Amino acid sequence: MDERRSRIIQRAARELADGMNINLGIGMPTLLADHAAGKQDVMLQSENGLLGIGPYPQPGQESADLINAGKETVTVVPGASFFDSADSFAMIRGGHIDLAILGGMEVSETGDLANWMVPGKLVKGMGGAMDLVNGAKRVVVIMEHVSKSGESKLRRQCTLPLTGQAVVDRLITDLAVFDFLGGSMVLVELQPGVMLDEVRDRTEARYTESASLVA
Amino acid sequence: MAGKLVTSLRDSVAEIPDGATLAVGGFGLCGIPEMAIAALREAGVRDLTVISNNCGVDDFGLGILLANRQLRKMVSSYVGENKIFEQQYLSGELEVELVPQGTLAERLRAAGAGIPAFFTATGVGTPVAEGKEIREFDGRHYLLERALPADFALVKAWRGDALGNLVYRDTARNFNPLAAMAARVTIAEVEELVAVGDLDPNQIHTPGIFVQRIIEGAAYEKRIERVVLAGASAG
Repeated sequence: MDERRSRIIQRAARELADGMNINLGIGMPTLLADHAAGKQDVMLQSENGLLGIGPYPQPGQESADLINAGKETVTVVPGASFFDSADSFAMIRGGHIDLAILGGMEVSETGDLANWMVPGKLVKGMGGAMDLVNGAKRVVVIMEHVSKSGESKLRRQCTLPLTGQAVVDRLITDLAVFDFLGGSMVLVELQPGVMLDEVRDRTEARYTESASLVA
Repeated sequence: MAGKLVTSLRDSVAEIPDGATLAVGGFGLCGIPEMAIAALREAGVRDLTVISNNCGVDDFGLGILLANRQLRKMVSSYVGENKIFEQQYLSGELEVELVPQGTLAERLRAAGAGIPAFFTATGVGTPVAEGKEIREFDGRHYLLERALPADFALVKAWRGDALGNLVYRDTARNFNPLAAMAARVTIAEVEELVAVGDLDPNQIHTPGIFVQRIIEGAAYEKRIERVVLAGASAG
């Protein structure tokens, strides 16, 4: 894993707390599963119908009937349960999931998220992302601060089609942590070794700086 | 009890005509009705509208119906695993309606439960909301989604009996119970047919009232899309 991603994951791991029911999105958020296993009574939810995802199976133990939402073979932890897709999304849409951690392509200064569609590329679909961002009690987005072409992914307005409008509670990048409070964006933490100026230079979105940072 | 039990795969799908709307269970390749899909390919019916979370892969699952040009429209939440899909979509041969996964599940459930439409926050402010009624409840915006009924459902269970009672295994349940509810005629295939009375009534997932035909499949391939084993790095 490259250093930027590793920094994001280390910081995101601190969002996990004992007793939570958590949904981890496909891709980078899946890397948090090991951290979740170190917590007490955390249950990981997989939207295809499982509460209580366990580790990947030992060779020979894999089953076609037991997969996660990324279609990977998994196991279950003691106390896990299976259910159909309507019950699964009742958990998600009904506010029973404490925390959803998703990857992002763009986040706007008002907490809009775009993470499902790149114009000009083939549409693959939103899967369960639109349900998660509107239904989970807390939505944390993790993504790199700037794109591969060097553009800020923290936008005044998203240029890509939205996954959800004003849905992000916290954004964690390789440079900083932002909270969205009452429709505005606040810089609340710097990643280790990062200076305020670097965040200012690489952020298109308008935000305020938490008093503790500028003191 | 008029017999629901069918013994020939061909007979199980014989009443499905060209142009039918099918709800098909499964998530990825997990819990898909692979026998019925193969029988449909054999039957050669065309212009099908298929409601299914995904569309299989190029050479397995619903992908084989795509490859044989039997599908006119897909209603799905994610279709990214299939190259033939991409070609037919870009050429305009195949129509696609993308539906958020929870909305897809609920639209099927609603169709089965006699609920014509419902409000949900999912999709507000996104392309999914285009052309849909928005209403405010308790200070939050919701959009109106319609039920999604089907002519036929193809579902797959682990065990079942001649009355159509079904039990699924692990995460292979997924959309199967909802597809079964949403259709006028549900065709269920099971890995193991057991005698009526052998299934514990406490453990039945889909009561037989939602199933009109049942067949015991044989030699299931049950392909795994992504085998990931302990020690592999995630993601």
